[in-house]
Amino acid sequence: MGDIAGYRRDTDGVHPPLASPGYASTRLRAPCRTPLMIPHTLTEVTGPALGERDFSALDADLTRQHGGEPLGERIIVHGRVLDSNGRPIPHTLVEVWQANAAGRYAHDLDRHPAPLDPNFTGAGRCLTDAEGRYGFVTIRPGAYPWKNHHNAWRPAHIHFSLLGRAFVQRIVTQMYFPGDPLFGQDPIFNSVRDPVARDRMVAAFDLDATEPEWALAYRFDIVLRGREATPFEDPEEDE
Amino acid sequence: MSTRGLTPSQTVGPFFAFGLPWPGGPYAVPEGTPGAVWLRGRVLDGAGDPVSDALIETWQADPQGRYAVGGFRGFARCPTNADGRWAILTVKPGAVPGPGGTTQAPHVAMSVFARGLLNRVVTRVYFPDEVDANAADTVLISVADPVLRATLVAGAVEGAYIFDIRLQGEGETVFLAI
Ligand SMILES: [Fe+3]
Repeated sequence: MGDIAGYRRDTDGVHPPLASPGYASTRLRAPCRTPLMIPHTLTEVTGPALGERDFSALDADLTRQHGGEPLGERIIVHGRVLDSNGRPIPHTLVEVWQANAAGRYAHDLDRHPAPLDPNFTGAGRCLTDAEGRYGFVTIRPGAYPWKNHHNAWRPAHIHFSLLGRAFVQRIVTQMYFPGDPLFGQDPIFNSVRDPVARDRMVAAFDLDATEPEWALAYRFDIVLRGREATPFEDPEEDE
Repeated sequence: MSTRGLTPSQTVGPFFAFGLPWPGGPYAVPEGTPGAVWLRGRVLDGAGDPVSDALIETWQADPQGRYAVGGFRGFARCPTNADGRWAILTVKPGAVPGPGGTTQAPHVAMSVFARGLLNRVVTRVYFPDEVDANAADTVLISVADPVLRATLVAGAVEGAYIFDIRLQGEGETVFLAI
């Protein structure tokens, strides 16, 4: 077989450096050595296609997982998953998890003395449609303190996990809310050094997608790595 | 072709355990699959302490060296426990095509996510019983130092392969830029 069209590398340095000392947990966990650059082979350009058969249920409405309504501001979070060539990534797994409206995670080790909500777990999964669209109904998560530095607070965020269609596309990120006053002091948000790239983690308020008398809406488009253009590749042929 | 800027990576944080793992996650193949074997290990930090809030994901070919065919999932996901241990049930993959008409030794691609990792780190697991194939593998060959190269090859015990990941410092695993 011929050589494989690889995926674009992160030549713009979009991703945060692993060694980001302002985020204390990186100090003993960020590798010291520069990673070894390897070519893209079948291993890197293929990837799992998880779907309905892998989960008992795919659940995109986080407000309907218990007997009652969770407390907080009901929101719709939606967008498209695209590659860096602008092509939609269809039928790929999008997973989210988040704190409740009070800023507390449904996790045993979360010690923030804010109330748990018996009607909110805060985890959801869905697949993108043929145009790469996804959508969740949830509640707006609260900010929460963490012990990284004195009086450290995480800006409100929803954790996102994207499987992509190739091993190289796999990414975990966080979605933030526009205008959060906590951005300036957050070393995780600011670990992304390019302010333009950082802004791509901030959802846009989307009045058109709000549901009157029901829920506000935010739009969050996610861009994963696309194929390198090569003279051997017909751009229309890419799946 | 105009390109769009990528969405940056962020840490998985400490509280993914109610969102990402699922009961079938650690099974790249169903229990009872012929040739099924555990691949397991620990994740350790730069002080040698276990990382109890890491998540391992693996991606691999089937025993014939084919990816994602015939219902073969080839993907597994397992969080580490309090001792930093993870385990996935899989089958040993076959050799797969490599660059320039070469053949790659059997290997499992691996991602490690954790609190304190602002992006995943990526490595590969090679197999100790593939001495000749490993000696001809492009990626392994490109790691000149045999001590470093050894971090990419699993150990073997009865019924399992063992692959420990050292994120930093002494014995640091070779991580790959893909
Ligand atoms: Fe969080």
